[in-house]
Amino acid sequence: MNNAMLEVEGIHCAYDGVPVVHGVSLNVSQGEIVAIVGANGAGKSTTMKAIAGLHHPTRGRIRFLGQDITQTPGYAMIAKGISYVPEGRRLFAKLSVRENLELGAYTEKNRAVIDQRLEQVFTLFPILADRAKQVAETLSGGEQQMCAIARGLMSGPKLLMLDELSLGLMPALVEKVIATVVEINRQGTTILLVEQMVQEALEIADRGYVLQTGRIVQEGPAKALLASDSVRKAYMGL
Amino acid sequence: MDIFAQVMIDGLLTGMLYALVAAGLSLIWGVMDVIHFAHGEFLMVAMYLSFWLGFVGGIDPVISWMASGVFLFILGALTYRLVISHCIGKSAMPPLLATFGLSLFLKNFCMNRFSPNFRILQDTLLGGKTIMLGSITIGLPQLVTGVFSVTMLFALYYLIKKTRLGWAIQATAMDREAAELMGIHTDRIYLLVFGLGGACVGIAGGLMTSYLAVHPEVGGLFGLIAFLIVALGGFGSVPGALAAALIIGMVEALAGFYIAPVFKYVAVFMLYLVVVMVRPKGLFGW
Ligand SMILES: Nc1ncnc2c1ncn2[C@@H]1O[C@H](COP(=O)(O)OP(=O)(O)OP(=O)(O)O)[C@@H](O)[C@H]1O
Ligand SMILES: [Mg+2]
Repeated sequence: MNNAMLEVEGIHCAYDGVPVVHGVSLNVSQGEIVAIVGANGAGKSTTMKAIAGLHHPTRGRIRFLGQDITQTPGYAMIAKGISYVPEGRRLFAKLSVRENLELGAYTEKNRAVIDQRLEQVFTLFPILADRAKQVAETLSGGEQQMCAIARGLMSGPKLLMLDELSLGLMPALVEKVIATVVEINRQGTTILLVEQMVQEALEIADRGYVLQTGRIVQEGPAKALLASDSVRKAYMGL
Repeated sequence: MDIFAQVMIDGLLTGMLYALVAAGLSLIWGVMDVIHFAHGEFLMVAMYLSFWLGFVGGIDPVISWMASGVFLFILGALTYRLVISHCIGKSAMPPLLATFGLSLFLKNFCMNRFSPNFRILQDTLLGGKTIMLGSITIGLPQLVTGVFSVTMLFALYYLIKKTRLGWAIQATAMDREAAELMGIHTDRIYLLVFGLGGACVGIAGGLMTSYLAVHPEVGGLFGLIAFLIVALGGFGSVPGALAAALIIGMVEALAGFYIAPVFKYVAVFMLYLVVVMVRPKGLFGW
């Protein structure tokens, strides 16, 4: 895979010496939507954090656009074009929507670019424009999720990583958020997402990986995974 | 009535100075969850610097506060880089002990170098000058120091609330990991915050030498009062620190005048005890 944007090669991750990810390899090509699915505690978020530079792997290598980023600190990832929307939204609770979004573009110094991005995310999520002055912690769960995605887009990333978008959202809203992800991808942003809603995720993804207790146990085109018996049994209760 | 107004004004001016000292402590606590035990001794360092600049260099405190502000910013930043950054994160205890050790070192260093004597600058530009407001006498050094302290406090508040850098500081305080994801180099934010905390006492200490004596114990009292103010005002809140500082300044002045000078700190600590029993998170705590 030479045209891969992101290449994760056999990473191992541990918390306080307890290994939780055992040699995960995956790749994401320019323009793709790639989904990682798996049960609770499988190591999905740990893998995402490793890519985002929040938690460095003990072994293995991560490359982005041909550059080794295995030990790159988290704050430097935005400049490389990687934006991670973490599990649980993690908005800055006491800041307004507008301030949260501004911080999403913190490394961007050109005011005109920031304003243009604000306009873009407000077009994507009109509700946020109405709520711009509202303090983030007073938003509804759905609005918070939109704000988190919008904040992740403010840096104009090449790769957008989304962790558990659907968490705590009602089904109708999940559909809406998922549709927005497709739209973001269509506008040119590559997407790596982690989801509990396996069906919904695989329906929009190009390819998928199934993670189980820290190992990739299945991978392939999303359609094939959707059709596979083991995935349907384990994650879709069919 | 005039006497009462006089006492209140004196108290308010003291409170305005306290506010700036406390704001630095409050900022460091609010952003980093670190109790900066050497904050009072930093103030002492600023006062000695200002004293020596005046005594040896002939530079008046109305000018030299800038130098002590910058010097204490650097001292704060260095303290973060060399001490705090190595012990922060796990629990509140290591930074507390480290800054406690630093405070002992600074105090005893000055004791050793400069003796326990009280030193005061003579013939400063503002020293001894007063203005009259009806029948009320206002000391010019106190007035200038008080007004200037509050101005600095507002500047700090503006920085934190209205600028992108300020939002980044707040974001780092709320969720350090999420702030990193925004591309905020939070280690640098911590460095800056420790520097700003130092600059607050640098400026306050620089101005104070117009009318207050410096000695190795001066930081202890101011540090303690700053802790009370921060606890009263609610940890991390700049407006809370201002309000609490004004209250403490007035209580101190009233008790000092109407009861007895030796009673002024007793009254302050009593007030503190009462408030903390009734509202453990401080007057303006969340
Ligand atoms: N900060 C941490 N300290 C210690 N252990 C952790 C930490 N974070 C995660 N773990 C452990 O690592 C394992 C993998 O966690 P991870 O969050 O990656 O799972 P996940 O696949 O994202 O699960 P979920 O679907 O519930 O979000 C779990 O067993 C978890 O308990
Ligand atoms: Mg997770």
